[in-house]
Amino acid sequence: MAERKLHILSVLVQNRAGVLARVSGLFARRAYNIESLAVAPTDDPALSRITIVVAVESTPLEQITKQLFKLVDVLKITELDPAEAVERELLLVSVRATPETRGHVTEVVSIFEGTIVDVGHDSLTASLAGRPAKLDDFAELLRPFGILELQRSGRVALPRHDRTARTAPIRKVS
Amino acid sequence: MQLTGAQALIKSLEMEGVEVAFGLPGGCILPAYDPILESALRHILVRHEQGAGHMAEGYAHVTGRPGVCIVTSGPAATNLVTPLMDAYMDSIPMVAITGQVPTHAIGTDAFQECDTLGITRSVTKHNELVMTAQDLPRVMREAFHIATTGRPGPVLVDVPKDVLTSLMDWHWPSEGDIVAGLPGYRPTTRGNGRMIKEAARLIGEARKPVLYVGGGVLKARAAEALRALAELTGIPVVTTLMARGAFPDSHPQCLGMPGMHGNYTAVTSMQNSDLLIALGARFDDRVTGKVSGFAPDAKIIHVDVDPAELGKVRRPDVPIVGDCRLVIEELVQAVTALGGLEAQPDRTAWWEQLRAWQEQQPLRYQPAEPGEGLKPQQVIESLRDLTPEDTIVTSGVGQHQMFASQYYRFEQPYTWVNSGGLGTMGFSVPAAIGAKVGRPDKMVWAVDGDGCFQMTAQELVTASSERIPVKVAILNNAYLGMVRQWQEMFYGERYSEVYLSPDLPDYVKWAEAMGCVAFRVEDPSDIAPTIEKANSIDDRPVVVEFRTDSSEKVFPMVAAGQSNDDIIVAPDVTGS
Repeated sequence: MAERKLHILSVLVQNRAGVLARVSGLFARRAYNIESLAVAPTDDPALSRITIVVAVESTPLEQITKQLFKLVDVLKITELDPAEAVERELLLVSVRATPETRGHVTEVVSIFEGTIVDVGHDSLTASLAGRPAKLDDFAELLRPFGILELQRSGRVALPRHDRTARTAPIRKVS
Repeated sequence: MQLTGAQALIKSLEMEGVEVAFGLPGGCILPAYDPILESALRHILVRHEQGAGHMAEGYAHVTGRPGVCIVTSGPAATNLVTPLMDAYMDSIPMVAITGQVPTHAIGTDAFQECDTLGITRSVTKHNELVMTAQDLPRVMREAFHIATTGRPGPVLVDVPKDVLTSLMDWHWPSEGDIVAGLPGYRPTTRGNGRMIKEAARLIGEARKPVLYVGGGVLKARAAEALRALAELTGIPVVTTLMARGAFPDSHPQCLGMPGMHGNYTAVTSMQNSDLLIALGARFDDRVTGKVSGFAPDAKIIHVDVDPAELGKVRRPDVPIVGDCRLVIEELVQAVTALGGLEAQPDRTAWWEQLRAWQEQQPLRYQPAEPGEGLKPQQVIESLRDLTPEDTIVTSGVGQHQMFASQYYRFEQPYTWVNSGGLGTMGFSVPAAIGAKVGRPDKMVWAVDGDGCFQMTAQELVTASSERIPVKVAILNNAYLGMVRQWQEMFYGERYSEVYLSPDLPDYVKWAEAMGCVAFRVEDPSDIAPTIEKANSIDDRPVVVEFRTDSSEKVFPMVAAGQSNDDIIVAPDVTGS
């Protein structure tokens, strides 16, 4: 069995009710779990971009992307190679921060260039936007202080600008 | 012009040229039934919504026009799920209209409410909930456009009751408006010219090619083009279960049906070929057997209008996305440009091999001894010999379906209607009714099994009351025959929950109660006269119950999951 690798699909769809259900249904019926999902309108409010991160082998992914493209509401599908894409996630984390540990916690937040967005007597909430791996590290370093709640957004991604050849780094699937 | 949503809905059907709709009214769809009284639209009142769906399919199969059904919300919509899936699997153009609870009640578990859109999302090519009456004409036009273009399929339009009763300003969008409003829907119809040239080149090199013809050829109305290509190249043709009739069975190049119950020559020709030219076929598991052992030495040219089919099962050497008719016509030109038939390689050895297989391994069965039950194959052969060449034959699913496909002779396209992909038992009777409505000039015979007949027989009441004179041949072997065959062959003759009884129900009495003329045939000498009697009745449905041999099995057979090389041609005889 081929290794299940993370793939990022960027799917441009009509901004209408039910489209997300159609798209996610194609993964669900094949029992593939969507690792991360982000949906928002594009600069054209008639269109939305769905960014899907899914762990799946390449062959079934090709079939899923072909089936996705058959959906009437899907305009374009781009598979982004993580090495050729800029990826960002947002993380919100509530951490225990007693008077004894607060200094250490704020130090970690500032090293990562995160922001403290809410403070209580014994806890605080920090936010950090960045590469998924950076968010992983951030959460790991905060864990010893006691994470009360943690929420990550779905991943958004765009292809990197090409600086060498004239060929587009995007692989169009259609 | 101001219309109610209901009037706009019916007017939209008229504008689309719909002549007939199959349906059954109920609470939420009631407003739509009122303007039907003034419309030229013929409505056929079914006895179960599943029947409406299969009738629409049968109608679409034989006419090429989209079948239309109208039902209400909740249980009516769920009853439509099976025919929608059936149409989706077999690429049948169909538009289904369902009623829905009023917009303010959606999501409140209202009476006869269900999430029709959610339930039917994965069984339709597309579906749409209409939230204002003003949108109805556009949504209806889009539905017909999507159902009939690209790879055809079912489209469902869900209409809340208050949308049907509210007023709208009538406007009929143009074809251009519809295309512009569907920026994500652009089916490819023209094949890639370079690929078509490459395909012609491969054909010109192949020593043992086979034209592997699927249902897409019929959907694309490409039977004539196919014949031109076959005769231009001299290549043998196999027609899958969905493509029976796409190429005449009597044509010297026709090898018949491949697959799990295909004939030896059709199956083995594919196994031994060096080039498979797949036209509107999808390498279904019932055709390929074990994929890794399927046609191991063949290069593949794969033509399909659906890009997702190319490479789904077998990676093609030459993939061509496009409408089968257009691509085949261009392929004919490309082959002609390379010199036509004269430039094709010498395939005498291939044809000698094929003829030898045909001679050694014809379709065969043991005829009945005096006093034995009828052989189902014999019934189909008599039906074949006593019906006009353009007769439409429908079937359910199981042994009778395979016998009909094997032993009937299909000479014309759109004469064979069956449930291939989904394998829906009970398909044949309603499909026959829909087919007869679509082609009233043709004789329509439903070949059915006793198990299938019991699932949808009530639609014969529809046929009687609407004066739709279909004919039904029940091959009554008192069993779920195909299940029995598998239990005999693969479960050590342990027969579990498979016996149905020959006498319960009494099929003759049942058919008569539904307004049909009915006969029972138990003696081989009565087969022909009874079929002739049935053929002579043209003012009401006829049901003929044939008491057939329970122990008869369908051969040849490739057991599930086995390679096509391990075809069993007769009990205890393997081909290879």
